[in-house]
Formats: sequence, C-alpha cells, structure tokens
Amino acid sequence: MAIDQVYGARKVGRYLLLTFMAFVVIFPIYMMVVGALKPGNKVLVNPLLPTDFTTGTLTEAWRTGHLGRALWNSAYVSVLITLAQVVTSILAAYAFAFLRFPGKTFVFVAFLATLLVPLEATLTVNRRTMQSLSWINSYKALTIPFLATAFGIFMIRQVFLTIPKEMHEAASMDGLGRLGFLWQVAVPLSRPTIGALTLFSFLTSWNQYLWPTLVTTNQKFNTVQTGLKTLKLAAIDKPNLVIAGTVIVALPIFVVLIAFQRQLIRGLTAGAVKG
Amino acid sequence: MAQVRLQNITKQFDGVTAVEDINLDIADREFMILLGPSGCGKSTLLRIIAGLEDPTEGEVYIGDTMVNNVMPKQRDVAMVFQSYALYPHKSVQDNIEFPLKVRKVPKAQRAAAAIEAATSLGLGEYLDRKPGALSGGQRQRVALARAIVRNPAVFCMDEPLSNLDAKLRGETRAELIALHRRLNSTFVYVTHDQVEAMTMGTRIAVMSRGHLEQIGTPQEVYDKPSSVFVAQFVGMPPMNILPAGSLETGTHLVGVRPEHLRISPDQPLSLQVQLVEQLGHEVHITGSVGDRRVVIRQDSAAVMPAVGSVVQVGAAENGRHRFDAVTEQRIAE
Amino acid sequence: MKRNRRDSGLAALMLVPSGVILLLFVVYPLIKAVWLGQQRCGVTKCTNNGFDQYLDAFRSNEFQDALIVTAKYALITVPIGLVLGVALAVLADKYMRGVGIFRTIFSSTVATSVAVASVMWFFLLNPNVGVLSEWIGGIAKTPGLLQDPRSALWAVSASSIWANLGFTFIVVTAGLQGVPKDLYESAYVDGAGGFSRFTNVTLPMISPTLLFATVVLTTRAFQSFGEVDLLTEGGPLGKTTTLTYLAYGSGLPTSNDDGLRATVSVLLFAVLLALALVQFRGLEKRVHYGN
Repeated sequence: MAIDQVYGARKVGRYLLLTFMAFVVIFPIYMMVVGALKPGNKVLVNPLLPTDFTTGTLTEAWRTGHLGRALWNSAYVSVLITLAQVVTSILAAYAFAFLRFPGKTFVFVAFLATLLVPLEATLTVNRRTMQSLSWINSYKALTIPFLATAFGIFMIRQVFLTIPKEMHEAASMDGLGRLGFLWQVAVPLSRPTIGALTLFSFLTSWNQYLWPTLVTTNQKFNTVQTGLKTLKLAAIDKPNLVIAGTVIVALPIFVVLIAFQRQLIRGLTAGAVKG
Repeated sequence: MAQVRLQNITKQFDGVTAVEDINLDIADREFMILLGPSGCGKSTLLRIIAGLEDPTEGEVYIGDTMVNNVMPKQRDVAMVFQSYALYPHKSVQDNIEFPLKVRKVPKAQRAAAAIEAATSLGLGEYLDRKPGALSGGQRQRVALARAIVRNPAVFCMDEPLSNLDAKLRGETRAELIALHRRLNSTFVYVTHDQVEAMTMGTRIAVMSRGHLEQIGTPQEVYDKPSSVFVAQFVGMPPMNILPAGSLETGTHLVGVRPEHLRISPDQPLSLQVQLVEQLGHEVHITGSVGDRRVVIRQDSAAVMPAVGSVVQVGAAENGRHRFDAVTEQRIAE
Repeated sequence: MKRNRRDSGLAALMLVPSGVILLLFVVYPLIKAVWLGQQRCGVTKCTNNGFDQYLDAFRSNEFQDALIVTAKYALITVPIGLVLGVALAVLADKYMRGVGIFRTIFSSTVATSVAVASVMWFFLLNPNVGVLSEWIGGIAKTPGLLQDPRSALWAVSASSIWANLGFTFIVVTAGLQGVPKDLYESAYVDGAGGFSRFTNVTLPMISPTLLFATVVLTTRAFQSFGEVDLLTEGGPLGKTTTLTYLAYGSGLPTSNDDGLRATVSVLLFAVLLALALVQFRGLEKRVHYGN
C-alpha cells in the first residue's frame, strides 16, 4: 500500500477534521454573504440562514458607499502601479543580470537594501512631500511612490540569471540586439515569474490601506479599502449595509485569485524558494 | 568567398591566457576541426571567430574583411552550441525561423526556408512541437536547422554531438559530412573526440594549452604527428612512447602505434603481458616494457600470448616515430 | 573595452526609473525621517529637540506600552497562525478524493484584504449584531470582546490569524510539495510511523519554508495598522495600540505632530531591523536543509 494514501477509520477521521476546519475557516465569509443578501430589518432574524433573499442591500451599499467610484479608483491605481512595477523591474533586472558595468555589486546591494526599509518608516515624510507638491487627493499621490519595487527587481533578476549564457549567445548570433534579447527571449522565458510578480504587485497595491488614508481626505479618491472605512463610519447603525459593502469589495479579488491561483502561489512563495 | 584567417590571436581572461599567438588559415569550404583536450583553448578560438569573444590581441578575417569590430550578427556566421540553446518557448518552426525573423525576412519566405531546412534534416513532422517535447537527437537537428536556414558563410559548431548517445553520434557524423558537401560552406568544428576529428575533418588543428600543435589532414596528423602530444592524442589506443635507448640506440624517444608493434621471438624488447582484450575484430594486448605501459593491437586471428607470459616485441623502421627527448617535437627524417 | 562602455550607458538608462523612485520615496524619506524625528511639529513650524527626542520617546510610557502590545500581538498571532497553517497543510497534503476543495477553502482567506477581514470580524464580534458574541456570551455580550480591555488584543489577533491563514497554508503546502517523495518512502521502509515521518522528514525539510513564513508573519504583526484602525482604533485603554498605530493612528499624542510620528516610525524601523537581523542569523544557520 502506498504511503501517501490513507485508509479506513483514519480516512474518516481525517475527512471529519478537514470538514470541521473548513467550516471554521469559511464561517466568517459565509456570514457576510448571508448578511449581505438580507434586508436590513431581518439581519438579526435567523442570522445563520439565507432567508428573505434580496439584492436590495447590495445595491444600497453600492450607492451609499460610492463603491463604484471606489472600485474604479482601486482598479485604476492598482493597474497603473502593477504595469509600472513590472516594467521598471524588468529593466533594472536586465541591467543587473546581463550587463557589465562598474560598481554593479554596490548598486545592486543598495537597491536590495531598500527592502529592509518598512513602508511605515517612510510614510510621514512621504506625506509631507505630497503636501508640499499639493498632491494630496490625487492619483499621483496614490501611485507615484510605488512605481518601482526592489522586490520585483530581485525576483526577476533571479529568474534572468537562470537563463543559460548560451541562450544569450545564440540570440546574438541569430542577430538580436540587447533589447531584442530582453523582449523576445528573456521576457517570454520568464513569463511565469513575471506573471507572479504582476499578481503580487496588483494584490499589494489593491490591498493598501495606510497610505491612502494618509493622502486622501476627499471621498472622490477613496479606494475600496478606505471606502470600506468610510462606509463603516457612515453606516454604523446599518451593519448589513457595511457587510454588503464588504462582499462587493471582496468579490473582484476572489475572482482574480481563482483565475490566477498558480501565479499567486508562485508569488507568495518566491521568498521561500531561495531562502 | 569565406575563408577564415586568424592572425596572432591571443586571448586572456583576467590575466589568464586562454590562447596565445594563434595563426590559422581556414580555406573556403573547408571542414576544419579544432581538436584538443578540455581547457586547450579550442572553444575560445571558435568563439572569437563567431564574435562571442573579443581577442585581446590579433586580427580575425572572414573573407577579406577584418571583423574584430563587427558584431556577431553581422559576420555571416552561424553557431551550433553544445547545449543547442534552443528557445524553449518557441516551436521548432519558430526556432528555425527566428534568425530570419530578426533579419526582417518576409514571413512567407522565411517559413518556406524553415520548412525546407527542417525537412532536409528529417524534422518535417515536428514543426509545431516545442523543444521540450523532442529527443536529444531531434533537438540537435533543430539547432543545425537554425544554423542552416541562414545560409551563412561559416558554420561554427561547439561539440554539437557530445550530448548524444554513441549510436546517434555515429549516425550524425555521417550526416554532418553529407551536410558539409551539400551546403558547400566553411565549417569550423570544435571537439575533443579524435574519432569525430578523423572521420569528418578535411583538416585538423590540434591544440594544447592555448597553442596550435599541428595543422594537417587527418592522415598527416595520424601518420606524421608533430609532437608526442599529438601522437598520443590522435589514435586509439594512443601511440606507445618508448624511452630513449630501448628500441634503438640514440638519444630520442621512439613512438610506435599499437598496430605497428609486432610479436616475434627475434624482436628486441621484452614485454610482460598483463591484459588481453578481445574486441572481436581485433585484440589489444597490454603489458609493460620496463616501467612503461605498452599496448599492441593485433588481428584477432593471430596467436594470443597468455597473461603473465613474456613475449618479444619490436617495430619495423617505417613504424617508428622519433621525437626529441627534451622538446618532444618530431624529428624530421 | 568598447562593449563595456556601451553596457554602462544602457545599464544606467535601465536603472534610472527604479532608482529615482526608490531614492525619492524610500531612501530620502528614511534619512529625512531621522532628522524630522528630532523635532516637535505644530501646524506650521517645528522646533528641534535634538537626538534626545528619540531617547525620550523610547522611554515614554506610550512607546513602551505600544512595544509591549506589539510584541504580545506577534507572540499570539505568529505561533498560533503557524501551527494552524502547518496542521491544515499537512492534513490536506495526502492524496484523498476531494482534497482540492479543502485546499481552495483553506487558501481562500488570502483573498481578503486587511480592511475586508477587519470589517467582517468587526461585525462577527459586534456585541449587538454579531453571531459569535451571541454564542460566546459573557464579556462577549457586555461590553464585547473588542471593547473589553482583557480580550481586545485577543479578538484583534483572531481576526488577523484568520486573515493570514490562507497565506501560511499556501506557503507551507508549496513547501510540502517540494519534499522529495523518496525521502518519505525511505523513512517508511525504515519503519518510521506517521508522526515520526513528520518530525524526522517533514519538519526538517520544510524548515526554510517555516522560517520564511515566520519572518513574513512577524513583520506583518509589527506593521499591523488596518486591523487596529478598523476594529478598535487602538482602544480600549490603549490595549491594542501597536507601534504602527501609534505612529499613524488618530486621537493619539502623535496624531497631529509629524515630528513625533517620525520619531516613532524611525524607532519602529530600528525594531524591525533588529528583528530582521536576528531572523537572518537564524536563517543562515538552518537554511542548508534545502538543495
């Protein structure tokens, strides 16, 4: 009998345990969805069961929280940041992986060292910078500080380094210049990693909370995360409205993650592989 | 015209000399083999021709043009790498087409060229596959096709057969010879395998420690090795080198190929037999003369000495090669 | 040589976009924060107190309390989160029918942002409408788990452990799949039972993964802001005021003083750096299991 299979009573026990844990993990999500589909006055009646089904709460949350606007802002900001991070990372990674230039090690270590600086240590000054530029309440404030990331540079450099030298030479024999090699060989070869970085960047910027609260005061610039806070404060007496808002906000990311599971796993484990 | 001329080529890597003062003329349409053990500089020389390395000193000519400052892609040189260096994300056809695509050859034309090159190498049915789905031999052909499709003046090949199994290697050798005849262009081929060198080359350049030891046709290199090194590197089993004064009086070393050693009671040297290897069509007899290991190659029909016995061996005058005991260079007759 | 010179120009061109961003928004603010952290700032101008401000801030009750809260928070969330994540990953690692569904469920919390998870738990734990508080009763009803000073940090931790579970599960699962199967088979042939295989093969082989997860979870604990802001606003009685919340939250002595905020964020940076160095040393010692 194979060792990675489980039989008999142990199997039943394992299923029971898994099922129980699955219920525990999914319970908060279940409660949200059930609550979001009930009318406001019925939230406390049978809270566990999906009775009195309505989409009214969802639409009201959408309107009250200006969630359409918030979703658009989040999407706009995250897509911009993601595209920029991927491009700037690929460019810098190429320089570090394939070009010879004086002081390369020093420059690389300097780039890498920025990973040690937590976002939280820089935000006060960054917010003052935004103030002095009059960028408070603008897309510029939400995006520009995040257009590059040392994490992305490092991740892509690592995969570029795995491309055999002969591949580079073959490309130059075939007539490709440096940029030709980058876009036609190195980038397509690194597609899985670049995909992982794309998803990782998107999620990180989509989930940002602290920075948007610091540089936006106008609800017009709410992202979904700060929009939830606004909704929570505005509708403190209407819990199911806030719950519905949470569902609306969480839904797009669930869809994205189900579609890109593999990239997600690669992105999350990128740091673990090369310990 | 695509002769290749190397003039006083020296290449150093971080102060370590890889090749030193090499002069080599490769004629148009020649199949030139660069032969030598690993680390002898043969690959460096090939890469200098291809433009993948800049020589520290000296000049490279392809045709009549000095190409030191010409980028690899403009040299009209194609290269087949030991690892093949196929693009794993492209199909076989896209791999073969790629050099033409980069050179902006119209789509229909390059597809036709790629299919022709692929078909000529028996790859016709694999055009849509990715390299990962091919066998080693097939990948090797794709690498060849990618070189052929450009119709280059010079083909550079860096140990292209070393990743194939023995049977496939034999078959591919024959195909490469046919290919050379068909394409009518200049081949420069790096190998450490003397069988490949002997069977395929029109000429062989034997290298050792960054220097050219000998340049000549396979027959010349075999019959008149210019040094002890060449004598022992070319030929299998290698030439026996006997110490001065053993086979004949004099101060030089005497080399005798295993097939030129004869066993007969009237011969001068006593050989203690240690090993008798029956190979079917021939027999190798290994033993020692004094402290020297000596190998004799015989027809399998001949009488076999017993292991442990002592036999008398010697060689006729035309089987003897004489080398200077100090410089190990051949002494002219 | 000619090629190298061309390389340098191209390299500079390719490094400039990232370099400028990182310089302006990571390096400069860090240096500036060290300077700003020596000031007390009003609405219009700042006064310099010199380096002493760091020492004073570090010794202050507010900072010490926040440091303790953060350390407690990390000590609750990291070990529990890790044990749960490993347990689930090991449970769902066997080949059984339908295990994929469980994997999807256990991974699912990775899709919730800090804000989404916090708002969810805010209502789950809400003493008036929350189901959980209904079931638990006692202090969960009055004043409420998030409102009682004794339970508030634990309640915030529950939300955070839940939200991070997906991440831990995914990372550990990937680590488990990287363990060569022949190691298990060899241990099996040698007569090792399930538990023995877990301690002798699984744990050592995934130790780099565990270390990575520990680093990430600890860092997240020290950088926690959103959950505090949305669940408790640092209360009650400052029992959930973490370091990051002290630096950026509202209604605190730091709130309208960029100088003090900078002081706290620089100290936070120092704490995180020390933590990173400690973890890095651990990493160096133990990472050689891989390969």
